Amino acid sequence: MTTPETPAPAGMNWRRASMAGLVALPIIALLAFGLTRDPGEINSPLPGKMAPDFALEVFATGEPGQQRAVGDTIRLSELRGQVVVLNFWASWCLECRREHQALTEVAADYATRGVKFYGVLYNDSPSAGKRWIEQMGGQSYPSVNDPRTRTAIDYGLYGAPETFFISKDGRVAYKHIGAVTDQLLSQKLDSLLAAPGAP
Amino acid sequence: MTRAIGASSLYVSLAVTVAALLLVTFGARRAQAGWLRAGYAATYLQFGLMTAATFAMIFGLVAHDFSIDYVAQVGSRATPLYYTVISLWGALEGSILFWGWVLALLTALVVFWNRSREGNLIPYTTATMLGVGIFFQFLLVSPAFPFGAVSPVPPDGPGPNPLLQNHWLMGIHPPLLYLGYVGMTVPFAFAMGAMASGEVGDGSWIRLSRRWTLGAWAFLTAAIIAGMWWSYEVLGWGGYWAWDPVENASFMPWLTATAFLHSVMVQERRGLLKLWNLNLVVATFALTILGTFLTRSGVLSSVHAFTEGLIGYYFLVAIAITLLASFVLVAGNSERLVSFGKLEGVASRGTVFLFNNLLLTAFTFTVLVGTLFPLFAEAVRGEKVSVGEPFFNRMTIPICAALLFLMGVGPALPWKEADRATLRRKLLGPIIAAGVTLVASVGAGVRSPYAALAFAFAAFAFVANIGEFVEGARARMRLRGESAVDALGHLLAANRRRYGGYVAHLGVVAVAVAITASSTFRAEHEATLKKGESMTVGGLQVRLDEVWGREEPQRSVIGTTVTILKGGREVARLDPRMNFYPTSQQPVPTPAVRSRPSGDIYLNLQAFAQDGTNATLRVIVEPLVPWIWAGGMIICLGAMISIAPFGRRVPAAVVEAEPPMAAPAPVAAT
Amino acid sequence: MVSSVGLVFSLAAPGLLGGDLAAQDAAAPRVAAGDSALERRTREVASGLRCPVCQGLSIADSPSELALEMKGLVREQLAAGKTPDQIRAYFIGKYGEWVLLEPKAEGLNLLVYVLPLTLVVGGALFVIRYVRANSEKRNS
Repeated sequence: MTTPETPAPAGMNWRRASMAGLVALPIIALLAFGLTRDPGEINSPLPGKMAPDFALEVFATGEPGQQRAVGDTIRLSELRGQVVVLNFWASWCLECRREHQALTEVAADYATRGVKFYGVLYNDSPSAGKRWIEQMGGQSYPSVNDPRTRTAIDYGLYGAPETFFISKDGRVAYKHIGAVTDQLLSQKLDSLLAAPGAP
Repeated sequence: MTRAIGASSLYVSLAVTVAALLLVTFGARRAQAGWLRAGYAATYLQFGLMTAATFAMIFGLVAHDFSIDYVAQVGSRATPLYYTVISLWGALEGSILFWGWVLALLTALVVFWNRSREGNLIPYTTATMLGVGIFFQFLLVSPAFPFGAVSPVPPDGPGPNPLLQNHWLMGIHPPLLYLGYVGMTVPFAFAMGAMASGEVGDGSWIRLSRRWTLGAWAFLTAAIIAGMWWSYEVLGWGGYWAWDPVENASFMPWLTATAFLHSVMVQERRGLLKLWNLNLVVATFALTILGTFLTRSGVLSSVHAFTEGLIGYYFLVAIAITLLASFVLVAGNSERLVSFGKLEGVASRGTVFLFNNLLLTAFTFTVLVGTLFPLFAEAVRGEKVSVGEPFFNRMTIPICAALLFLMGVGPALPWKEADRATLRRKLLGPIIAAGVTLVASVGAGVRSPYAALAFAFAAFAFVANIGEFVEGARARMRLRGESAVDALGHLLAANRRRYGGYVAHLGVVAVAVAITASSTFRAEHEATLKKGESMTVGGLQVRLDEVWGREEPQRSVIGTTVTILKGGREVARLDPRMNFYPTSQQPVPTPAVRSRPSGDIYLNLQAFAQDGTNATLRVIVEPLVPWIWAGGMIICLGAMISIAPFGRRVPAAVVEAEPPMAAPAPVAAT
Repeated sequence: MVSSVGLVFSLAAPGLLGGDLAAQDAAAPRVAAGDSALERRTREVASGLRCPVCQGLSIADSPSELALEMKGLVREQLAAGKTPDQIRAYFIGKYGEWVLLEPKAEGLNLLVYVLPLTLVVGGALFVIRYVRANSEKRNS
């Protein structure tokens, strides 16, 4: 603000203008930085930590080789020593359709190498889930129901699909938001299988 | 055909606008009246061309011409006509087209009403507006081209975003917002024109743009209130303001424009704050562009955000150019911007305006920092943080309370140093009102000190502003023997600007009281009810009668019929619904609201059993909510009183007499 | 108003009717807590936690399914005697600090609180000085 006593010489105001410019510059830089970011993608604090345990009931059996009976309870704590893939999905989720084939094929491939795949139904009903699996031509691995989305909250879910890779020692090794591809799945699984097992 | 007309209009319009800018600029620099006239004619022509493009789009939408890219993107044969027309602003390209059209309109009007004025102010003002217009028209032919061809032509489209076709307010809020945003270009253009022409010292740009600023401000006010209303009616959480980045983006220019409307009076009366006022005008415009950037770049996630893509970078460049050009012009005009006046006293209205500006600036700054901080934290630490409602409430509620207080003090204080007698006469009533309200609200169980304070200050401001009307009317009745009604009418007519301001203040009081009351006395309950069961909320019985379903052309509706009873007597029957659109995975809540001046009963259907036997309902009883919308209308009424060139010209005794009119009274504005 | 629940429900293609609808045949009706003090404390904690599937709303305000469950979790934990800080820590462990709608006043976050305050205080001092320096004397 100009004070009336001191009529400012022109040169000084140039300095003031460039100072104002210096204030605006970081804001513009910040916005430019923002353009390179996706606000929907939030890094999860979970990778590296122990994966939260759960006990959820199977509602879709999966195919021979990975089959579990409907009503069986899957507990993560009983799967220690094995690599586990948890895929949160829903029948209303469009991205889940895109990743379905990759998941079901890679799961069948890796079943013989001791990798357990489980689908976790998120915010959906088992009947709608079963219908969806039929429509999609089957799912090679079993799916469990998460009736009050408590497991989803435990895993810090933002939406579906999200896929968690759990290492042999029960830690969350990697979390993927959005549809997975077969390359991504096999790459992650190979590196997890190569790692030494839990004591 | 429609596509060809629209597309070619856009291309030709861009060329014409560039030509107009060159003609006007060089016509002014070289004093070539012929070039200037040609430039002005080209300005009208680009408005005509933009109108052609906009109407081509509306025609394409209505005719379901899916060979047009944009229509294929937002149109659908099942969408009702109203929502088909307003899907003009339902997605990025259309909204930029509409924006460009409004800007072209305002540019043509500025030229039309001021073209005969001597000097270079108007040419350079026009040039600035044309420059902004070129930016938007460039977007329209390149990253936001709405008339792209689709082949093969699809038989139908997906329809507009469900959130945008679920409530009639979507036809009101965006155009108001664009008129407000685009309107702020006019005072900015006048400021730039004044600096470029060297006419900034005498402040004539302020007189010429005063009505524009007020008008844009009124539209922005109405837009913000309509946006709140829309959130309230559509989002299903019973709130109206979530400090969402895009809400903040519309609020920040409103704050700086409000600051300007007040501080400009100090400049007009005392010749002070010239540089400051220029800064406010530039900041307001820059914030409107920032707001557009935030809505359209996908930088910050928001309910209202449109899309992502390259367009963000264009806006960033626009913000940079705006700021750069403004800084250069301000620096080049340093000698002309020196203020020589003095305030008339310490305890005077001028001082209040300075503090009002401080608070509004601090308010803007707080909102800006809070909105951009998540980006900053991510850039520095790599971790995302959220800055949401609790932060903004904590930081800004004290500022709001202080502003309410000043809103009472300002009108009560004279421009000249106030003596004790004046202070007592003017402030005793408001202080008593504030005291009584404070005691009463604590007695009524208001526990939050800020809420109690807000009620007290609202009472203070209310009585102080009403007092101005009473005192002015009484003086007329005594001196001229007029009746009370006549005196009040003449008072308003003689000092439209001043009393329009007070009317706006009363509107702000209504909004403040309603917001405080609705958040303080809100009663809320959520329960799963079987058919025939009821729950009790805030003394009301809420009974679930029926769960029903209905197919409509563009959507499926699941609804409930709910009866509200008070003491066994039926007071309302409501039907909160969920609308399922084919394009959306999640249903769009459609709450049912029963509104009375005393408050609302707000019902939202949260969930329902598939067999129709039960439903989960959220019931919110919120007092005084309709007064937020009414208050917004009162504020706009106040602005209209200040702008309007109607009314008898009764000689004013006051110093802030009507400044000379900008131009012959526009016919359109009567 | 035609009561055609069955019709709509049977017509509804799975892609059309969303998760909130489908979830209902699995979830037991939510029990609404009758304890109003608990309800108030739940709201206090929930209004500071950000809903992951919404945009900027708290889990107290959001009508979404996940937010309702998260709010239910808050209610249960409070009823089980957990403190609000423990509950917040649980959610931070799952979602990161992003889940707090008001950033913790520590470290870098202090800036967002301090900058506005600095402007208010600095600005007030400036305005006071300005008014003193630029006012006509009282005797005029």
